[in-house]
Amino acid sequence: MADAKILPLSVEGLGYRAGDISVLDGATFDLAPGSRNIVLGPNGAGKSVLLRLLHGLLKPSAGHVNWSNPDALAVRRAQAMVFQRPVMLRRTARENIEFALHVSGVRNIRTAADLALERAGLIRLAERPARLCSGGEQQRIALARAWALQPEVLFLDEPTASLDPAATKIIEESVQAMHRGGTTIVMTTHDLGQAKRLADRVLFLNHGRLVEDAPAAAFFAQPTSPEAAAFMRGELLW
Amino acid sequence: MQEIPQSLSLAVALITSLDSTLLSIAGLSLRVSAIAVLAAALLALPFGAWLALARFPGRQAVIAVLNGMMGLPPVVVGLLIYLLLSRAGPLGTFGLLFTPAAMMIAQALLIFPIIAALARQVIEDAWSEYREQLVSLNASRFQCTRALLWDTRFTLSTSVLAGFGRAIAEVGAVMIVGGNIDGVTRVMTTAIALETSKGDLPLALALGVVLMSMVIAINLAAQWVKSTAMKKHG
Repeated sequence: MADAKILPLSVEGLGYRAGDISVLDGATFDLAPGSRNIVLGPNGAGKSVLLRLLHGLLKPSAGHVNWSNPDALAVRRAQAMVFQRPVMLRRTARENIEFALHVSGVRNIRTAADLALERAGLIRLAERPARLCSGGEQQRIALARAWALQPEVLFLDEPTASLDPAATKIIEESVQAMHRGGTTIVMTTHDLGQAKRLADRVLFLNHGRLVEDAPAAAFFAQPTSPEAAAFMRGELLW
Repeated sequence: MQEIPQSLSLAVALITSLDSTLLSIAGLSLRVSAIAVLAAALLALPFGAWLALARFPGRQAVIAVLNGMMGLPPVVVGLLIYLLLSRAGPLGTFGLLFTPAAMMIAQALLIFPIIAALARQVIEDAWSEYREQLVSLNASRFQCTRALLWDTRFTLSTSVLAGFGRAIAEVGAVMIVGGNIDGVTRVMTTAIALETSKGDLPLALALGVVLMSMVIAINLAAQWVKSTAMKKHG
């Protein structure tokens, strides 16, 4: 993990517009080191956009993302992201991880890649072309690739959205293991069960607004907003 | 003019006997086009990749011009290279006119836009798929370009072979800058044109068969390489 810490994070009035449409509006919250943060909400709530804004893949239309470290390169290198659809380079599973390590300037990339594969239980796939692996295996390789970088903050954008329960369980275990290793987790999902299993804290979004920000136990016991309560009851949100 | 069946049988005889004139002309064609393709690809692939990733004012115009140049008239390219390489031209001192080198330059110029434009499209499509992941990994623009070139290598090989097909089948430009000198710059296409005008159909037909066979074989090989590699690497 990088020495120069980038957390805590302070997000102020974060907004994003796509043309005339407001996708995210005025999100304000902090992110503490070592926490497991679940961004919950229905489809189109702005969860993925929020993650991309935090990770620097999108430029905000309004507001600020203030990492505690002013060094932009350190901030970039202390984060990793796993996408809903894993993007595998056309090479073996090991080479996919080696590529990520190489661009991060890591030495002994072979050793580090094998360590990441072993940790994720994927060493048997090391020589297999990554694009020929199953969807679940590809997502696990993507997570191993992010893990190999030892990020301080890991963003996961609905990483189990298209996986079966067995693959979902493995991914969740890996996320938990990364968290135990000191990585702060920020993950989107619309799966309430998954949110209950993984969250220390819930950020509930609806129609691009941060409707509720609460500790997981309090949120699931008694959400304070009517939208979150309706979502928990499985109702369609307005 | 000899009868067509007789010409065909003579053409087959020339091919099966490995006629030295036929082999010499076919060999020069292959050499000229292979070197032209290699030179063009070395420049066009990185240029296409750069254009796929770069964002600057006028980029769409550059792409439109590049795409338009895929249909460059060979005789115009031949004329341009002729003017550059002729004794009075700016590159006349090199004495390249009417040499295989001049033909290579003309062919390379002709196929550069084809390889670059196809590469640009292939890499831009791949970039739309890879962009977020590569940016997330903090890959530099150079690292992104290299990764995209490597990952699209099987599709790009088809672009390069499309260039080769155009180069080896081209006649206008190499006729102008090569001069169709027997034993020096006579390639298959210029020889076919000459022998046909002379009424010597057997050699023209034999060269035509060899040329068609080469083009078809190269395309079959390209398809095989691509499909095999895709199955192996995904």
